[in-house]
Parts: sequence; structure tokens; C-alpha cells
Amino acid sequence: MADTSNESLRRTPLYALHLELGGKMVPFAGYEMPVQYPAGVLKEHLHTRAKAGLFDVSHMGQAFLSGDDPARALERVTPADVAGLKEGMQRYALLLNDNGTIKDDFMVARLAGEAALYLVVNAACKEGDFDYIAGKLKGLATLAPQPDRALLALQGPAAEAVLARHAPDTAKLTFMKVGRFTVAGAPAIVSRSGYTGEDGFEISIEAKDADRVARALLGEPEVLPIGLGARDSLRLEAGLCLYGHDMDETTDPITANLAWSIGKRRKMDKDFPAAEMIMGKLLEGTSQRRVGIRPDGKAPARDGTEIADKTGRVIGKITSGGFGPSLNAPVAMGYVDTPFAGDGNEVMLMVRGKAMPAHTAPMPFVPHGYKRNS
Amino acid sequence: MSETRFTDQHEWVRIEGDEATIGITKYAAEQLGDVVFVELPEKGRKVGTGGEAAVVESVKAASEVYAPIAGEITGSNDALAADPAKVNADPEGDGWFFKLKIADKGELGKLMSEAQYAEFVKGL
Repeated sequence: MADTSNESLRRTPLYALHLELGGKMVPFAGYEMPVQYPAGVLKEHLHTRAKAGLFDVSHMGQAFLSGDDPARALERVTPADVAGLKEGMQRYALLLNDNGTIKDDFMVARLAGEAALYLVVNAACKEGDFDYIAGKLKGLATLAPQPDRALLALQGPAAEAVLARHAPDTAKLTFMKVGRFTVAGAPAIVSRSGYTGEDGFEISIEAKDADRVARALLGEPEVLPIGLGARDSLRLEAGLCLYGHDMDETTDPITANLAWSIGKRRKMDKDFPAAEMIMGKLLEGTSQRRVGIRPDGKAPARDGTEIADKTGRVIGKITSGGFGPSLNAPVAMGYVDTPFAGDGNEVMLMVRGKAMPAHTAPMPFVPHGYKRNS
Repeated sequence: MSETRFTDQHEWVRIEGDEATIGITKYAAEQLGDVVFVELPEKGRKVGTGGEAAVVESVKAASEVYAPIAGEITGSNDALAADPAKVNADPEGDGWFFKLKIADKGELGKLMSEAQYAEFVKGL
């Protein structure tokens, strides 16, 4: 592991708690973050799927976007339908460069009765994203980053019951709904969402309340603290993209298999960055596509592994790969030439100079446990 | 009579006559975290000192295991294929990796004693 001067690294409001819990701290996105706690990645992963896990994701970038019509303004940099987002709802969106490649992915929420939109962007991209959004929307909307807010994620089948003990009304939320609540006495923005594929919540609170709220949730018998290691294996099993790995500024939304995040109205109006190019790819297809991959054997194939066809010709590359604890098997995602993008195609993964057989596979690898509107 | 020596790559080498059994130390297993896959060398393969001999993968990453001394592989721990978690549960016992026929016993002098290794780990 690269030696990084810890003095240049930032800490979240839960830093002292991570140390107290025995978290193994590593540099991540400019922060000192827990990669795992004493339970270890495997147990933390399985515990989250079985009961509930608490994640510190305070390193992520939170902001409010205000103005006459912040939704319409934001649509200048995203193909998501933001104007059509109903009150109390949150949506996944891509932040696009002018050339239609992906600058980041983020969540946008419209809180009931509030004019400003609430955004959450990736930690590693936050300064760049905020500068980009503020610049592109200059004169139309004002972006106010919220560095004094912390963000917790409570994920897993027991999350609803656990959170209801500290904020009874949150149980009424369904998947991708959002609102303001009081959690363990602290004012909070709570959304029913997450990055594990499980039911769960993301809880935005003021930094000064973070330690107290986190301790209250960790005090519940179902809850264990979960580090970044399990966060990664959980999201991979759930088929969710990691920005910088599974898509980046060389990827367009169609190749990344994220066309579903483009709003219907936006497709008709073609009023987002590089809309002609992106709609062209949507109609005519792309040379490669992001797919799920299941190695036939037990050896994990990591990020950067070449994918070949049966004749040995290189047809793509793994962008995320590892071991899926819930499947007790390796899982991966990556890009392959479009003729191989269907489910169940035989491919070879070039691991340490050897061709390991694998198949393209549907994602998620583990079914989502989201609590949707019935 | 067996004697166990250690390397700065966190491997242990248990010497019994002309044969050495090799695995990773408790410290290495703790650093790696949950081991999910181990690739072991085939019997009969000749490995040079510091040559790649095995691969151990945890949930987090893959790491190479290098041959601490030269020799010919005489066997490997097939039980790890079905249960790689043995490496975490008993790294210096049931979690052994492979055995080799020692090519040059003179190489053993370069390895650390248990006390030296304990001191080395303390300094990390």
C-alpha cells in the first residue's frame, strides 16, 4: 500500500469513533477512512445482508442548489429528468461533460416544500463537481456545498426497524423517497436509498450531531459498523457502478449501460450535453457495453483484467472484480465488445497469464432488497 | 526435530531434514484479512529463491507468495482450495501452503529466527 502522508488527509466527524471501534484506517478520496473493523470484510458484508450495517459516508459531497428553477438549471449538466422529480423523491443522475462522457454520478432530491434541490456526489470528485456545476449554472442557480454535514448509511433488512426506534416516521418512506426527520434528537435529511442493494437509509445530519447519532444506531443489537471493504463488495454484488472504475470521463451513458437514468422527456427534447451523440448511440448501439461477469472457477479477477474470447482475442476489460461473500464466489463487471454483451456468453479472463473461463451474467448478482411502493 | 525460520516477506519456513513446509505468518494473515482464494504450485515445479510460488487473495486484494528458498515443490495444501479460510484460522498450522525439497541448506542461514521475526514485526 502506498505511503501517504496522513497529515494531508482529512477526517470525518466520526474519526474518533472509528478508532474507538478498532477501524483499520486507510487513505481514501483524500480522507482517512475505515476499510474494515475487527469483524473483517467478510463478516461485515454478510452481517449487512442479514441484519444491518452502519457506514460513515461523510466524505461524500453534499450541497444545496437554489435559484429560480434549480431543476431546469441542473438539467444543463445531466440527462436525468430533474424537473419532473416529485416532492419527497430522490433520483440517480449522471453528471455529463460537454462531450457526453460521464463526469460523475450523483443523487438529486427534492424535499417537500423546499425550493432548493439537495445533491450528493462522490467523495473523490466533489471539489471538481461543485466547481463544474457552479460554473455551468452561473447566473441560473447557486450551489451551496455543505462541508459541515455528515452522512451515515444504515443498510440491511433490519434497517427499517432500527431507524424507527430513533425516528418512527422514517418507516413510512419507500425506496427513493426522502424527507426531513428528527433522528435521535438531531435534525436530519433521510432518504430510503443506499449503495448495497439492500433496503436501507442514508441519513444526512450536522457534523456536530454525527457522533451521537452514530452511537445511538450502533447501540442497537442488529447493527455493526461496516468499512469501505464491505461497502465495495456489497455494491459489486448489487451490480452498482463505482465511479472511476466502472465509468469515467472516457465512458458515455449508453456504453456504461446507464441509459435508464436518462429521462423520457429528456430523450425527446434532446436538451442535455452531447444529446445527439448519446441518442445516436442509444438507437444505433455502441461498440462495447458494461456487463456482469461470473468466473467459472474460484479465482477472483480484479480491476484491469483483460477479457478474451475463446480464441484468445481481447474483447474487453474488467473494471471491478473481487469475491462476492454472499455468493461465496468471485464476481466482476466490465466492458466487452457488444456481440458478447448478452447473458451467458463464454469468455476468458486473463488472470496472471492464464485464461480462466467465465460467463457474462445478469446483474444484480444478488437480488435487491429495496422496499418499493406496493 | 523441526525448526521454523521466517522471512521479511512474512513467510514461515518449517525445516524437517531436506524438506521445508512454507506458509504465511499470523501477522501476514491478519494484514490480508479474510482469505478467499489460494493458488498453489504443482508438485515437481522448481522454484528459485524469491520466485513466485503461490498467490493468496483476500476480499481486498491479491498478493504473491515468493519462495523464500530455492527447491523443488514436493506437495501443496489441497485443503485450501475448498476452505481458504484455514489460512486465517490457523496460518502457521493447517493453513500451510506448500512443501519443497531444499536445494541449498546454506540459504537457511539468511532467514530470521522466531525471535528476530517477532522483533521485525514489532518495528513495523
